[in-house]
Amino acid sequence: MIRFDEVTKVYRGTAKPALNSVSLEVLSGEFVFMVGASGSGKSSMLRLVLKEDRPSSGAIHVLGQDLNRISSRKIPYFRRNLGVVFQDFRLLPNKTVFANVAFTLQVIGKSKGFIHEAVPDVLAMVGLEGKAERFPHELSGGEQQRVAIARAVVNKPSILLADEPTGNLDPTTSMGIMTLLERINANGTTVIMATHDAGIVDRLQRRVVELVGGRVVRDERGGGYVTQAIPHVQPDIVIPAAGPREGLR
Amino acid sequence: MRLALVLGEVGQGLRRNLSMVVSVVLVTFISLTFVGTAILLQAQINQMKSYWYDRAQVAVYFCTDFSSVGTCNQTAATPEQVAAVEAQLDSATLAPFIDAYYFEDRDQAFENFQTQFEGNAIASLVTPELMTEAYWVNLVDPTQSQILADALSGLAGVESVVDQRSYLDQIFDILNASSFTAIGIAALMLVAAALLIATTIRLSAFSRRRELGIMRLVGASNRFIQTPFVIEGVVAALIGSILAAGAVVAIVEFFVQGYLSQTLPQTSFVGLDDALLVVPVLLGVGALLAALSANVAISRYLRV
Repeated sequence: MIRFDEVTKVYRGTAKPALNSVSLEVLSGEFVFMVGASGSGKSSMLRLVLKEDRPSSGAIHVLGQDLNRISSRKIPYFRRNLGVVFQDFRLLPNKTVFANVAFTLQVIGKSKGFIHEAVPDVLAMVGLEGKAERFPHELSGGEQQRVAIARAVVNKPSILLADEPTGNLDPTTSMGIMTLLERINANGTTVIMATHDAGIVDRLQRRVVELVGGRVVRDERGGGYVTQAIPHVQPDIVIPAAGPREGLR
Repeated sequence: MRLALVLGEVGQGLRRNLSMVVSVVLVTFISLTFVGTAILLQAQINQMKSYWYDRAQVAVYFCTDFSSVGTCNQTAATPEQVAAVEAQLDSATLAPFIDAYYFEDRDQAFENFQTQFEGNAIASLVTPELMTEAYWVNLVDPTQSQILADALSGLAGVESVVDQRSYLDQIFDILNASSFTAIGIAALMLVAAALLIATTIRLSAFSRRRELGIMRLVGASNRFIQTPFVIEGVVAALIGSILAAGAVVAIVEFFVQGYLSQTLPQTSFVGLDDALLVVPVLLGVGALLAALSANVAISRYLRV
């Protein structure tokens, strides 16, 4: 479904790579947490999956496509198979809930009939029935994130990328969002979620990929935010003793 | 559905940036008016050239008692010398180039002079003796006057051989210079218009960057993203082009036809049909310019 082969990403003007020779495979239907400090490369990986950036070296395959070879004309069509959710929701403030979700279908050319069937369905699925005509500023943070999730999954993507979707939410609301993401995952969508929220990772016991300084230092199935097993550390990596990760201290 | 959506976006963009759109309209209006005027001026020059050049003659002036130019030595040309020139004009070498010629003697020249300068003080000072005898020659091809000059100016009794086109050329040089000035101003204004359209579109894209970000994220095609902006630029520029076309037609109708051709009835001027030929050119230039610069401006937002 998603495969990284020795992927390195160096941003222009920086010496230290954001991703350093990362190899990773995510299978269809998996739920993967990506954890690590800010700047450890989680968002860079999500951007690379979305083909918003190209790797400095290495190959990335998503949904059977080699992202180094995909023509820029085909990128939009490739992205229709991916859903994305952000920490800051990114809703259009001057559009209603319904219009926000419908907008993504309109711009990829879906028919009016399809939109009027799909949007109420997905709003019911995320638990927002009856709020279709509200504007984003009339909703709570959790509800806004539900709109964003509805927008991401309304086109039934194979992969849902979530970049700290609970980062702005309180723990109770976060759990509601996680229940929703689990339900989406149970329906067959592969979910990759970057997060700092230890409570969520520990509770869900899913696959955990930990990044430090652009390297994968742990890839554990059914793991917590902090590993219980002996960490699978690549030998040439020196973990800073006073690093920002409280977990290893 | 999609068309309605695209047009809705266009309308929103135009309303949101109204002041910029108005400036685009004005700049394209002015620049394309200059373009249209330059084209019409060139048409006018060509029309006048073909009219006057066909009527331009070559004059072979003979010596008078007062001239010391050419082969003259302050003695008037003798009838034999005049006959020698006529023989040359009829000769096998020159005849094929000559359409027609006639001789103008002093009295005829005096009469023509009197009618030409009627009411002018100089008319009363001139006597027939001061006038010059001349052959007026119409050439088959008016551009070949040099042949006549080469063949005749060395002959005894010939003062000079003058192509009237040399007088016309000065007038056309002035007209050409003004036409090129108009083209130069038009080019500068078109550059300004292109930059202004690009800036306007960039501004419009910036004010819609949230929507653009989401469109790109959910996989709207590049064409779908850029079309509203291109249409926005083209609509603004087309309004300017239509105003410019109206201005050009109005100039021809009211100034050229209504004023100039009344004042100078002998001259043929560009007409409404010429102006209507310029209109599609202006609309095309305006639309193309806007489409290109809007496309360039928006491509920054489409890069992956």
